[in-house]
Amino acid sequence: MTALNETAPDFSLPATDATMHGPGGSAATVIVFTCNHCPYAIAWHERLIDLARDYADRDVRVLAVNPNDADSHPRDSFEAMTARVANGEFDGTPYLRDESQEVARAYEAQTTPHVFVLDRDRVVRYRGAPDGDYDDPNERAGFVRDALDSVLAGEEPKSAETPPVGCSIKWKP
Amino acid sequence: MDVEFLFWDGCPSYERALADLRAEMAGLGLEEAEVMVREIRTQDEAEQAEFVGSPTIRVDGNDVDPPNHEPAGLTCRIYMRDGRVSPLPDPETVREALRAGAANAGAR
Repeated sequence: MTALNETAPDFSLPATDATMHGPGGSAATVIVFTCNHCPYAIAWHERLIDLARDYADRDVRVLAVNPNDADSHPRDSFEAMTARVANGEFDGTPYLRDESQEVARAYEAQTTPHVFVLDRDRVVRYRGAPDGDYDDPNERAGFVRDALDSVLAGEEPKSAETPPVGCSIKWKP
Repeated sequence: MDVEFLFWDGCPSYERALADLRAEMAGLGLEEAEVMVREIRTQDEAEQAEFVGSPTIRVDGNDVDPPNHEPAGLTCRIYMRDGRVSPLPDPETVREALRAGAANAGAR
């Protein structure tokens, strides 16, 4: 169980370039459970990559994690993930494969997308949706930006949890 | 005119999609036309119904936004709406399909 204000599970997952990544080691880490096939994840994708770019010089790391069962959803295969990265869709943000789904289960991720903001001590400070409307790019992943601004200022986020919105994670049978 | 609305509850867009469909029908004066709502629950059902994702809307058996060789399965459909990816079909696309269906029904 990954509760708010408790330490999040550690992990080490492979990115599409075979490098390993996990939370911690920076002022804040944003973990985005996402995927290739879900229209909600796709609709929010650019906003989250923009956020990664905007906060990079403030020692914030964004990790995108795809936990979906690629047998039932082939568009979420590692090869398809690699193709998206090669196509420039992640602009340097690591796109990690959670093949065993253990990380998604440990975080109790429910949907793609489902966002978790961790502080320097890997404590969960926000979890939920990127912002209030997948269909409005002007929202700019505002829930996550607000949470990050608070964490970086050493304050509690005003809104620490919102309902995740998106496609259910595709668990293996 | 036969209007079918197929959905899978693993994709949360279906309630709004059905409401949008009924609103489009009302806007065209088609309130009396029945919408056959069908939930797709299993992969077998998806394959049998040639269901490529939720929501799927068919008018007289024709998909309002024909899929491009997508496999049948329990998933969310990706539509384009106002030039952006959306879990909901473009209202104009739905409207045009309903108009065509109503015109065909009137001609029969």
